[in-house]
Amino acid sequence: MSVVPVSYYLVLSAILFGLGVVAFVFKRNIITILMAIELMLNAVNLAFVAFARAWGQLDGLVFVFFVIVVAAAEAAVGLAIVIRIYQNRQSLNIERVNLLKF
Amino acid sequence: MPILEHLWIILALPLAGAALNGLLGKNWSKTIINSIGIGSVSLAFLSVLEAIREFSLLPAGQLSFFKNYFNWMSAGSFKVDFALQMDHLTIVMLLVVTFVSLLVHVYSTGYMAHEEGYYRFFAYLNLFVFFMLTLVLAANIVLMFVGWEGVGLCSYLLIGFWFLKRSAINAGKKAFITTRIGDFGFTVGILLLFWTFSSVDFGTVFAKAANMPAESATQAGVLTWICLLLFAGAIGKSAQLPLYVWLPDAMEGPTPVSALIHAATMVTAGVYMVARMHALFSRAPIAMFVVAAVGAITAFYAATIGLVQTDIKKVLAYSTVSQLGYMFLGCGVGAYAAGIFHLMTHAFFKGLLFLAAGSVIHAMSGEQDMRNMGGLRKQIPVTYWTMFIATLAIAGIPGFAGFFSKDEILDAAGSGPNAHITLWLLGLAGAGLTSFYMFRLIFLTFFGKPRFDEHKVHVHESPRSMTVPLIILALLSIVGGWFAAPHLLGKTDYFEAFLHPVFATYGVPAGIEQGASLAGAAGEAGGISPSPAMELLHALTGPPVVLAIIGLLVAWWFYIRKPDAPKKLAESAHGLYKLLLDKYYVDEIYAALIIRPFLWISTNVLWHVVDERVIDGTVNGVATVARGVGGQAREIQSGNARTYATWVVIGAVGFTVLMLGVWGMVR
Repeated sequence: MSVVPVSYYLVLSAILFGLGVVAFVFKRNIITILMAIELMLNAVNLAFVAFARAWGQLDGLVFVFFVIVVAAAEAAVGLAIVIRIYQNRQSLNIERVNLLKF
Repeated sequence: MPILEHLWIILALPLAGAALNGLLGKNWSKTIINSIGIGSVSLAFLSVLEAIREFSLLPAGQLSFFKNYFNWMSAGSFKVDFALQMDHLTIVMLLVVTFVSLLVHVYSTGYMAHEEGYYRFFAYLNLFVFFMLTLVLAANIVLMFVGWEGVGLCSYLLIGFWFLKRSAINAGKKAFITTRIGDFGFTVGILLLFWTFSSVDFGTVFAKAANMPAESATQAGVLTWICLLLFAGAIGKSAQLPLYVWLPDAMEGPTPVSALIHAATMVTAGVYMVARMHALFSRAPIAMFVVAAVGAITAFYAATIGLVQTDIKKVLAYSTVSQLGYMFLGCGVGAYAAGIFHLMTHAFFKGLLFLAAGSVIHAMSGEQDMRNMGGLRKQIPVTYWTMFIATLAIAGIPGFAGFFSKDEILDAAGSGPNAHITLWLLGLAGAGLTSFYMFRLIFLTFFGKPRFDEHKVHVHESPRSMTVPLIILALLSIVGGWFAAPHLLGKTDYFEAFLHPVFATYGVPAGIEQGASLAGAAGEAGGISPSPAMELLHALTGPPVVLAIIGLLVAWWFYIRKPDAPKKLAESAHGLYKLLLDKYYVDEIYAALIIRPFLWISTNVLWHVVDERVIDGTVNGVATVARGVGGQAREIQSGNARTYATWVVIGAVGFTVLMLGVWGMVR
């Protein structure tokens, strides 16, 4: 039985992370952006898990759990903010949320 | 030995008086303020007497009493202690300072009775006594400098006592700033002293200096420089050429202040300093010559200005400058004891002259111009007689205090080891002029017909609080010189013998200076000496006496016999008269040469360029740059979340490239 090499996972992780970055930068819908963030976090998770498996150590797995917890918290807060923004602006366009500046 | 062990008590008493009166005295009655002011000084005087009694009980070999109370500051090898010392020189100064201060305090209760800020005046006076005693008792030059500056501060405060009067404020500032010029030299002198001897303590420094050879009379060594720098301070403080200009202006202060600070005590601090540092000065012939020359020239120069002044206090002020010159002349020719002796007698008769002048001004309700006086002899007899005695004393009429001290100085200047004929002639001429201007003052003030409106000015004798000090000082102006009577007979006088331990301790190599006239007197006594009677005759008919009497007669001829003669003379010698009346235009010259250029540089360079452009420019420039940079940089904060995201990505990519490519962190 052949083992899938770590590099495969890393390449997949990088591709997913790159997609997340592109989506984060170019998308205008706030929900989509949140989803892009989730995508990036999970891409990183994948890299962690792959390394943990490759080195046979648990540290990476522990980190993944932390990331998942933080991501859940972030999603909760983020969606709450999204709802408030929608109530205020009747729109989810990120470009219309730009009052916090010089 | 209670007081001698605790010399600080002598200092603490007037300081406590100053603190009490100054901080709390505002609403106190005059009785309380008087008892604190006079009480503290009289207690200090009694303490001094007790300390002297204890000092006299010390073993015969012990020449000075030294006591270190605490370490004041210490940095590396630089160590200054709060240490006080007492020797014979200190005793003379302590007696003069505390006693004259006491009399002036008593006098002030009468003179200042109707003045605002009565408590303030007495607080300042007490503070002055404190600093003056610090100066005198200090056992190292740094502590002495504290007293030195402290008396300067009190002088400033008291000259400007009537601080609503612009001329008084200006005079105070002038005194403070002018003396500061000399004090700069003094400070540098202290540094050089420490650099040379690694100590500021008098005992240590003098002991080390005693092992040094005297410097040559042609080349200035380090001792000469130290002495010259210290003497610069004395020039400022004791109002010698060229820094004397502040003293005549200082007459803006209340008259008791003029008597105490600007005649009897503070201005003599420079003389005391030179005498105290004699171990150094005696080994620096160039410095000695400078001291003697400055003294002699000042003695003559100031006397010429005094000839034509019309303000009664101004005459006395120039007279003080002139007499201080005599003291320096004495010190400069190595006759320290004679210099200090003149300091003492001068404290008596000049203090008296000022107090009497104050009494005259009091009687005339504030008039100071002698041209508006005259004929006061009958109305204020006590003032007249005491002032007349003081005049006899200062003019050098035989028998009175000034005769003995001035005679000794001129003797040393004429025949002592460092004598020079020019110094002697200058001193002699000054003595003649002194006699003239002093009797001119007396004749103008007390003789002739009144030149004021007798219906408007109610002339009245001063209260007893003022006349009693006058009488005491008048007695001292007579007997104060009698210590030196044996000098007339060619013997060692008592005063010099008293101070001899001080000036003989740090012996000077032979051939340069040998306790001056003391050695001379001893030599005369031992060698072929003329009979005492001849000596006496010689002294009584010597040139100083002759000149003093000529001065008297000329004054009498001018101001009594032919009262219109001065006017004619002034008209015929108009240029000279004007020159003297305008004080050689020294104030104007200083204004043109120093003050105005200084003001110009301060205004046009330091203010408008350095301050406004450089300093303000730097400060404002920093602010402008910061604002400009900020103005540009804040554009980055657009408020657009996607822009931020882009920056984050760029940053992350950039950082990755750096790590991998540039820093080579790839395994």
